[in-house]
Amino acid sequence: MAKSKSAYSVPGKIGKIERHIIVVWVDNEAGVLARIAGLFSGRGYNIESLAVAEVDKKKHISRITIVTEGTPQVIEQINLQLKKLVPVHKVADFKRGEKDILFRELAMFKILGNSKKLEKVKKICKRFNPVVLDKTNKSIVIQVTALRAEIDKLALDLKSLGLISTSRTGAVAMTKGSRIFN
Amino acid sequence: MPKLLSGAEIVFKALEDQKVEYIFGYPGGAVLPIYDELKNHKSIKHILARHEQGAGHSAEGYARSSGKPGVLLVTSGPGATNAVTALTDAYMDSIPLVCISGQVPTHLIGTDAFQECDTTGITRPCTKHNWLVKDVNDLSRILHLAFEVATTGRPGPVLVDIPKDIQFKKGKYKFFKNTLKKKLNGKATHKISNSELDKFIDLIKRSSKPIFYTGGGVINSGPEASKYLRELVSLTGFPITSTLQGLGAYPGDDPQFLGMLGMHGTYEANNAMHDCDLMINIGARFDDRITGKVDEFSPGSKKIHVDIDPSSIGKNIKVDLAIVSDVTSLLKSLIKRFKEKNKNFVNSNKQKTSKWWEQIGKWRGKKSLNFINSDKIIKPQHAVQRLYELTKSQDTFITTEVGQHQMWAAQHYKFNKPNRWMTSGGLGTMGYGLPAAIGVQIANPGKLVVDIAGEASVLMTMQEMSTAVQYRLPIKIFILNNEYMGMVRQWQELLHEKNYSESYTAALPDFVKLAESYGCVGIRAKTPNELDEKIKEMISVDRPVIFDCVVDKAENCFPMIPSGKPHNQMILGPEEEEEISDEGKVLV
Repeated sequence: MAKSKSAYSVPGKIGKIERHIIVVWVDNEAGVLARIAGLFSGRGYNIESLAVAEVDKKKHISRITIVTEGTPQVIEQINLQLKKLVPVHKVADFKRGEKDILFRELAMFKILGNSKKLEKVKKICKRFNPVVLDKTNKSIVIQVTALRAEIDKLALDLKSLGLISTSRTGAVAMTKGSRIFN
Repeated sequence: MPKLLSGAEIVFKALEDQKVEYIFGYPGGAVLPIYDELKNHKSIKHILARHEQGAGHSAEGYARSSGKPGVLLVTSGPGATNAVTALTDAYMDSIPLVCISGQVPTHLIGTDAFQECDTTGITRPCTKHNWLVKDVNDLSRILHLAFEVATTGRPGPVLVDIPKDIQFKKGKYKFFKNTLKKKLNGKATHKISNSELDKFIDLIKRSSKPIFYTGGGVINSGPEASKYLRELVSLTGFPITSTLQGLGAYPGDDPQFLGMLGMHGTYEANNAMHDCDLMINIGARFDDRITGKVDEFSPGSKKIHVDIDPSSIGKNIKVDLAIVSDVTSLLKSLIKRFKEKNKNFVNSNKQKTSKWWEQIGKWRGKKSLNFINSDKIIKPQHAVQRLYELTKSQDTFITTEVGQHQMWAAQHYKFNKPNRWMTSGGLGTMGYGLPAAIGVQIANPGKLVVDIAGEASVLMTMQEMSTAVQYRLPIKIFILNNEYMGMVRQWQELLHEKNYSESYTAALPDFVKLAESYGCVGIRAKTPNELDEKIKEMISVDRPVIFDCVVDKAENCFPMIPSGKPHNQMILGPEEEEEISDEGKVLV
């Protein structure tokens, strides 16, 4: 029985798990985020990160970027189920690692330490578009934009240098070149 | 400047413009302004249920037997939560429902006010869409959109939550038509291409072991779809099986029909599904009751799947040709194209499928629906067969509750027309059949409506008999009374070492006296030789009847595919009850 705790039918063979970024354009109306999040939780899909903001003030369109994991079959279901929601206008789906797509996450780190340590912090962050947002002689708040794994690694490295607080966004995505999502 | 109407007036104006004739509901504090307005709208009749769940199932029965959306009106808080089971049931079985719920006044929302609940939050996962109306000027647009969403694409329930102050406020009314920019679920956006049709026809022509597997989508597509399905099946000469929800789309007594498939389907239907080389799925969704073990499901076949809902395709089973379409339009163009190039296909192809039909004949020879009859005690299967024989000459509508009786009804009652069979398949809601029968009778006055019931299920919504009596709806509640939750008892016998934990109902009411106390007619049959006479009596009474048919307590529903087994490993009867593996026991 260890194989499956809540089997409704015999679980079939599990396909290979892939990470995808799904971009959804929705009407920015009350409850729309709950609909999207509820669809994921209700059907047992996974949300790794989520970023939402209104991108068209006039038409009240929000753009939601969701990072998720699943077998190709599950990813296809996520796309199709999202498209059925009434406030959803369109859905775009990308596999992590696709060449034509740009992904970025933003993180803010607060680090406590003496000036020597803080200089070291700035150095480590150099590759990730660092912006010092606030600085005192005992602390620094630094913003970086990078890929998820890079930020994970960075946070780990900063720990020994006095990292006390981390705030991160979910990933956002955009196509390269002149092509747009459609 | 257009005349301003109150929110309550707008509700009725919208219902009138949607040509709604009946609403099923139950009043309460937060919908009183709407109920107050009811008297001014003579074309709309309100059916007062005894519980909001009952109102919801009645609306479902109305919708399924008439093809029109069912309308439900409930109050805030408990009114809305009581409707949740019916909404979920409609969501699972793709039944168009529009539920209008009252809500506490806007300024009280979020304060835990009396009879407040987060109705749109609670019903979000069990509706296609829902709305909380915050501005009376949005109300008419939302109501018309609600009808459109409920009835477009794959049908389903929607809910419009209207705070009490919005019902009083004055606003503008406008009749909106086709407000959806995109048609939902792909219905209109997809045009069937000739290349798809040619692939379809090519697969038909290449197959030597084909089968049609059809479902509720054929019924939902309207009576035309059944007509075309019959034409296509006769043009090809292929065998056909149907899901529980699809019964009636194809005549149940036709020689090409193999009976229902799935967990309690016939031996021939399930074996044909397993061994076929071409499966043509029209409007069914590869539900787990149908597929059994997914990895071993029909291993050697090419599969065609026609469904209006793109997310149904590829969800459980991978297919070779997927067509997102309404069944009627697909069948219409398919038949046209097929006829152009394949004159007399059915005869020229006979040779190719003759071995297949021979094999099907052998499976049929097992007579998997047989049971050992008795002259002392009424066998439930016998009771359904007698009911069928005694009602088949008239246009009869059957609803059911959920459990063994439901499966026996599906196996032994043969349906010849669509929209005559209303059963809770997806959600499996005990207590569905009685209120559904009320809705069916409202939509079909003068027709015979029978709820084939179990005594445990029917007690869940028994209070609705009072509704039937109030509106003089002569529904017949045909209870196969075995004093057990029969399907639970059967699983306990087969899977849990006969530990009949809590599945026996001690202290059942006397159903005949219960009927009398409701003001309807009670009839009891205890032996096989009085059965026919009593059924005839039931049919001839022009009043609601509760029929207490006392049946064998120990009878099990066969054939059966045990959970976790593929289609070709059915248990045919009690003599074949093999050990079910531990793994199979955790499955439901």
